[in-house]
Amino acid sequence: MAETTIPMVKALSVTKRFGTLAALDDVSLDIAQGEVVCIVGPSGSGKSTLLRCINQLERIDSGAIWVDGDLAGFRQDGSRLVELTDRDIARQRLASGMVFQRFNLFAHMTALQNIVEGPVTVLKRPRRDAIAEAEALLSRVGLAEKRDAYPSELSGGQQQRVAIARALAMQPRLMLFDEPTSALDPELVGEVLAVMRDLARSGMTMIVVTHELGFAREVASRVVFMDQGRLVEQGPPAQVLGAPQQQRTRDFIAAVLS
Amino acid sequence: MTQPARQAPAFDPAILNLPRVGRLHLGRWLSAALVLLALALVIKAFAEGDIAWKVVGQFFTAPAILGGLVNTVIMTICAMALGITLGVVFAIMAMSPNGVMRGCAAFYIWFFRGTPLILQLLIWFNLALVFPTIGIPGLFSARTIDVIGPFMATLLGLGINQGAYTAEVVRSGILSVDHGQTEAAKTIGMTRLTTLRRIVLPQAMRVIIPPVGNEVVSMVKLTSIASVIQFSEILRNAQTIYYANARVIELLIVAAGWYLIVVSILSLGQIALERHFAKGRAGAGGRHG
Repeated sequence: MAETTIPMVKALSVTKRFGTLAALDDVSLDIAQGEVVCIVGPSGSGKSTLLRCINQLERIDSGAIWVDGDLAGFRQDGSRLVELTDRDIARQRLASGMVFQRFNLFAHMTALQNIVEGPVTVLKRPRRDAIAEAEALLSRVGLAEKRDAYPSELSGGQQQRVAIARALAMQPRLMLFDEPTSALDPELVGEVLAVMRDLARSGMTMIVVTHELGFAREVASRVVFMDQGRLVEQGPPAQVLGAPQQQRTRDFIAAVLS
Repeated sequence: MTQPARQAPAFDPAILNLPRVGRLHLGRWLSAALVLLALALVIKAFAEGDIAWKVVGQFFTAPAILGGLVNTVIMTICAMALGITLGVVFAIMAMSPNGVMRGCAAFYIWFFRGTPLILQLLIWFNLALVFPTIGIPGLFSARTIDVIGPFMATLLGLGINQGAYTAEVVRSGILSVDHGQTEAAKTIGMTRLTTLRRIVLPQAMRVIIPPVGNEVVSMVKLTSIASVIQFSEILRNAQTIYYANARVIELLIVAAGWYLIVVSILSLGQIALERHFAKGRAGAGGRHG
């Protein structure tokens, strides 16, 4: 049972600068296995940057991040930290799946090919098995009949559901969602949130950057509020969204709900 | 200054039954007639000119001409293959995080785009003057003059020159692919090279194919300048024949005919390729929302 005590994500004093702007300023955060953490906050508060640092799309300037116990980007060699190679970083990224605001489906591949690509090219799975699993995943996100459609032939909501299936096909231990519904027309938000709700129920560890406070209230085990690169407040959704302790959190929630 | 009261039109429904007569388009008729007249004059001039069309027909399939044609086509294929390979390699180098790679690619593009092709051909052909033998010390060596004959010199000259242009085309193709595609590839654990090969280059092809297609067409014709270093492509063989029989224009017409045939076939191939790489691009990009 010792394994379950390892946090899925541990961020320690993480700082990330873009020029003179501190996108992340001394952020520390622990996320346990099976938790669904929603990160909310105004734009530019660093919530997307935090996600992108967890799967190493961005390099942090100082601090450390462990994903499922592995130190991100470095290997400890005695008293030094040695930077990992591209190949090792690519391998570390397999621990997490990522869903983007703009879907980023591979435009030259059908829905099925998008999902099969990672398992076949990266994991070297037999194509036949990968296709069977991809079809199961498409059914799971309710798009079995769209297997041969190109992204340009799908609605935004459908594209995002395929993107979720593509990430799940890599069997990640952690799923990262970067504003997954922000680029969608309002009537398509529900279908994507439904898939995410199912995923949360299945016990997947999830970090969701979102403006959907209703979703956060219903699904999150914890809500984190960020502002200006700092972690301002965190706790159960009822507390952070219902009775925030900090003035900045209160202001933000009032602005979003108005 | 009040306006005179306008008379209301009758709005007579009978107007719906009137026949409609098109405009005359006098200008179009006139310009077409002028162009046709000019064309007729040109054809008349050629028909009456001192061209022995029988000689054209006779030499169109002469062995020396067909042999030259084969050499032209083979050289086009080889030089483009070399050019595209070098173009992709140097485009990737030009975008490398490694400064030495970027500098090397920049020098290559600068040098080979900055000097005339015919000069580069002459340099390759005369390389033996500088390096009497070439090879890898200790492994093998050969006399340059044996290795770099007209074919090799032409291939190196055309291919390496082409690579410098293709590198720029490939680079702009790679830049045209949305950065989100690269990020998505990274998140499913792809390395930089796998991402290029599986995700970026296939999409860049849509942008790369049309200009490269044009370059293939240029290359067919560009091979003709290799006649200066005695590579026996179709134009050089046509010249060799007319030096003997003095049917200059006739043989040039033979060569021109073959160039047009080859270029027309290639253009059809280009259309098919463009269709292939347009997949997933039905309409103008993806729908969102």
